[in-house]
Amino acid sequence: MHMADALISPAVGVGFWGLSLGGIAYSAKKLKENLDEKMVPLMGILGAFVFAAQMINFTIPATGSSGHIGGGMLLSILLGPYASFIVMASILTVQALFFADGGFLALGCNIWNLAFYTSFIAYPLIYKPIARKGKFSFLATIVSVVIALQLGAFSVVVQTYFSGISELPFKTFVMLMQPIHLGIGIIEGVITYAIIKYVATTKPEILESSVGNKQNKLNGVYTKKLVLVFFILTLITGGILSWFASNNPDGLEWSIEKIYGKSELPEKEHFLKNIFKGIQEKTSLFPDYTFKKSEKQETIPEEERYPNIDMGTSLSGIFGAFLVLLITFLTGYVIKTLKKKNL
Amino acid sequence: MKFDKEFFNLGYLDRLSYKNTFIHNIDARVKVIGAVFYIIAVVSFPKYAVLSLVPFFSFQIFFMILGEIPVDFVFKRVFVVSPFIFFIAIFNPFLDRNTAFYLLGIPISYGILSFLSILVKFVLTVSIIIILISTTSFAGLCYAIRYFKVPEIFVNQLLFMYRYIFVLTEEAMRMVRAKELRSFNNKGLELKFYVKLAGNLLIRSLNRAERIYYAMLSRGYNGNMPYIKKKKLNFSDFLFILIMLLTIYLFRFFEPVDRIGKLMIGVIR
Repeated sequence: MHMADALISPAVGVGFWGLSLGGIAYSAKKLKENLDEKMVPLMGILGAFVFAAQMINFTIPATGSSGHIGGGMLLSILLGPYASFIVMASILTVQALFFADGGFLALGCNIWNLAFYTSFIAYPLIYKPIARKGKFSFLATIVSVVIALQLGAFSVVVQTYFSGISELPFKTFVMLMQPIHLGIGIIEGVITYAIIKYVATTKPEILESSVGNKQNKLNGVYTKKLVLVFFILTLITGGILSWFASNNPDGLEWSIEKIYGKSELPEKEHFLKNIFKGIQEKTSLFPDYTFKKSEKQETIPEEERYPNIDMGTSLSGIFGAFLVLLITFLTGYVIKTLKKKNL
Repeated sequence: MKFDKEFFNLGYLDRLSYKNTFIHNIDARVKVIGAVFYIIAVVSFPKYAVLSLVPFFSFQIFFMILGEIPVDFVFKRVFVVSPFIFFIAIFNPFLDRNTAFYLLGIPISYGILSFLSILVKFVLTVSIIIILISTTSFAGLCYAIRYFKVPEIFVNQLLFMYRYIFVLTEEAMRMVRAKELRSFNNKGLELKFYVKLAGNLLIRSLNRAERIYYAMLSRGYNGNMPYIKKKKLNFSDFLFILIMLLTIYLFRFFEPVDRIGKLMIGVIR
């Protein structure tokens, strides 16, 4: 469920880059505060481990297709939230660069979707409270992985929707994504639990010596702080997203309804709507733009959202594109032959 | 087998990045800036733009020739990747059926245009990253992002992980091979075997991390990682980024395709 560059608008991409870089900076600061030198090689190796483990395929029960693990929750359980966020971010970076999974601009979105929810929501707020003192750790793993993936899948939908490039209606997309990721989440949860259980039963001393003491680093104060940070981040994200959506009326209405619709401050809602309306009127380039309707065209563009593409310009466009490609190929060929002569 | 192929590709990309060409010798920071502007320019095109994206392919062509990168390698990497994007884009032609224009009597809908636009943007953005990676060493890239004030812990993590990806994938490959030699007809792919494989790999990894830590300590590790020495940007770096940004700007805002096409049609008439 990696987001790709081609599906997002620059605004969404840059916005989530900011959020993810913020997350990295915050985690780096927290890690530095009481850095265990041992963590540096451990984080590196575990990142490489997840990479290697992702390359091994297995058959998904009942479907026959093959899949691989994500490994986010495994890292969180082994390393704690800050280190696992950094490791997951580094894995996603290498995936984006070397395997072209996602993309460079979408990397911010991907770090947010796949690393943030696991490390900072599902692990401290769901896994830790359920898996206290080693009890219920099976349940805790499954539930936390499922919730992290559901959040991630939902934010893929939100990012795609606000970018406005895909025509998929919001509801349909949600209905497509959430059930698929429910299945993936359950399988991932089972595997995560099974791997940790396997290591804990065959070589318990390894977990003790290398990662044992990191598990108990979180305490109550931390959780409260985190909820606050998350709350603020949600507000910022909501704000940024509705700002981006200002030239997309549907998205704007949707976001306002979603964020403020159920709130008990109707006058505030009205106020915000008016502000956004003002912004929208100012930012939309051609508020009263009407397209020239040529007689030859049988269908008239439905709304203002369609740019005017008529037959004449598109033909010259195709011609031009062909010429540009021809010119570049020729220049390239000349450079290549010149290079060969020099050698 | 899929595993060997992935592993081979990773190593191949790494080897490509150590060539010695004009493009390889450009400073990594400059190349990162260029790639970022390129991607933002491509992605910022309107959702129905297809033809005006075409000139952007010229960057790929020049970089591949000057950087001596095999074309088929880049193409294979681009087209193998990401069924996800295809899955999302394929809905557009069905959901948006208004006709945009007629091409030789065949109606072309806005949905088809936006579908093509997504695919073209995808190919452009993905291939530029593959080219960036295969012309820049990973250490150089890490130095570049360190220069742009990315936290040191994260950069160290990238360097460390990259180094051991090769070691651990090789280890995993040996394990997978050993398992495959002992199982027939694609058996042994079930979850319980996977868990044992991955669990074993995890044990080996944790052991290795401990050994590495002691090895680092015995070589005087005190929590700081050494970096590549700072280089100064030279004339060709400045020239490169200047030309690249200018061309991106021209391609983005001056619609060269349309202009050239109209010009040529005018000349012919």
